Amino acid sequence: MMSVKPVAERVKETAEMRKAFCDTLLDIAATDRRVVVLDADLMSSIGTVKFMEKYPDRAFDVGVQEANMMGIAAGLSVTGKIPFAHTFGPFATRRAFDQVFLSCGYNRANVRIMGSDPGVTAAFNGGTHMPFEDMGLMRNIPEAILVEPADNVQLSALMKASMDRYGLFYFRISRKQVIKIYEEGSQFDFGRAVLLREGRDLTIIASGIMVDDGLKAAEILAQEGINARVVDSFCWKPIDREMVAAAARETGAIVTAENHNVINGLGSAVAEVVVEECPVPVERVGVQDRFGQVGPVDFLRREYGLTPDNIVAAARRVLARKRGGCC
Amino acid sequence: MLTEEKTRELRRLATRIRLETVKALGHLGFGHIGGTMSVAELLAVLYWEAMKVRPEDPQWPERDWLVCSKGHAGPAVYAALALRGYFPLTELLTINTPGTRFPSHCDRNLTIGVDMTTGSLGQGSSLAVGVALGLKIDDKPNNVYLILGDGEIQEGQVWEAIMFAGYRRLDNLIAFVDYNKQQLDGYTKDILDLGDVAGKFAAFGWQAFDVDGHSVAAIHRAVTEAKQTAGRPSVVVLNTVKGKDCVFAEGKKANHHVVISREDVEAAVSCLEKKLEELS
Repeated sequence: MMSVKPVAERVKETAEMRKAFCDTLLDIAATDRRVVVLDADLMSSIGTVKFMEKYPDRAFDVGVQEANMMGIAAGLSVTGKIPFAHTFGPFATRRAFDQVFLSCGYNRANVRIMGSDPGVTAAFNGGTHMPFEDMGLMRNIPEAILVEPADNVQLSALMKASMDRYGLFYFRISRKQVIKIYEEGSQFDFGRAVLLREGRDLTIIASGIMVDDGLKAAEILAQEGINARVVDSFCWKPIDREMVAAAARETGAIVTAENHNVINGLGSAVAEVVVEECPVPVERVGVQDRFGQVGPVDFLRREYGLTPDNIVAAARRVLARKRGGCC
Repeated sequence: MLTEEKTRELRRLATRIRLETVKALGHLGFGHIGGTMSVAELLAVLYWEAMKVRPEDPQWPERDWLVCSKGHAGPAVYAALALRGYFPLTELLTINTPGTRFPSHCDRNLTIGVDMTTGSLGQGSSLAVGVALGLKIDDKPNNVYLILGDGEIQEGQVWEAIMFAGYRRLDNLIAFVDYNKQQLDGYTKDILDLGDVAGKFAAFGWQAFDVDGHSVAAIHRAVTEAKQTAGRPSVVVLNTVKGKDCVFAEGKKANHHVVISREDVEAAVSCLEKKLEELS
């Protein structure tokens, strides 16, 4: 059951997200022998070495073999294991897509795929390692559940919640420190978005690192007397249709914000619901169909338009369209 | 060692697998005839001698697993399963019809007794490795049998899985390469020659056998030795003939997937029935 408490003051997490990932794996494995950790030569990067030390019989570094790892994960799951298979986002999806689609998806395996360094957070690894398309690819897999946790509490809660479910899950996770959004003990449901801030003029729908930016944008807009609702749509699939439809109906304008290509991303998923349920103007903040490039995160955020200011500008555009009666 | 009687029985079963497969694909009018005919002896040895299975309890936890990575050999696997008692033979005639439990390529969620979904070549190798690893984690003695096509081993993923299984010493994994020397577009030697198949596996730490894939005795000997081998996985390279014993397919260059006329079926069925009589 969802039970969410946002933090009063959003500050940087003290722990990196990868620590939350490994700690949660250790937590789950302490009582659940089904957990198996797989990686394709990035255990040191995601911090699961500690897990390997504690459970050497349940952790496997397969080497640089993403395709093989996805098949092994599916095979393990058929014997009753619940594998968590990690590599960087582009390799977890684009590199091994047919294996993920068929061996994990079509085969109805019970697998959790962890794709790290979403979008611009791939920073200094540059364009080859910068997934603006991972969620877009994964959205095409029937029945797959896709989440992008905003902070450590949300990641940990979702990993634990997934243990009671069966199927293919894709977790899009940061490795480094992110901004804390939720208090310890918060619980989340797959397919249910979180209403973080009430508002009536428009709704900002975001996920991952863009949730904090969405809240910041709402604070800026508030100074201008604009009342923005903010929703954390951490679950891209299944998307929370009710929450999106309510946003369209009650606020009449939507801005989406994602660290991903706007094509086949969160904005697309939201727009699909809006046109089907209650057509209103939508503006999509995100990567405008471009490849990644190397650089520090702050530079990349500006370069690709992933800042609170970009969301504020989109909000003004969408409000003008709303007033103009043009959708 | 197989007794003479057992050998004859397995040969009969291999012929019946061919016969039922030809009838089912003939009823449909098209299908993957070449690569189903070449694995008949292997399936007879596996389902009637080598593998621990319980047709009345397909998910029996103590069973051995079969991953037919060359998923297009599904119809031969279904024929073997039907003959072994998993479901009635008449059901085979529904192959590829709407809503069938018997699709062209193996699907564990549709067919009773099928352990893994396959069809996109190469993927079954990693899936089999995953199953073998899962069984090892739980210290289970079950074996995993993996059937690869010869054209299939051109896929890079196969060699990822082979490297991993060799390094991890998965001695509960026994693979077969159906080396019928032909792939969809022609002969493997003309398209992408496989070279020394057994040698390639051996280089990755596998025990390798090279046998006549239409000799049930030779297959049985290799599998028996493979099962007794600790510390490394085994491969049995089966030298086979694509379309074996099917008069309209054997010896033809393009026999991977063919259209089958009523006359074709009648001729093939008659030949196979004659062969059955000779073996009884």
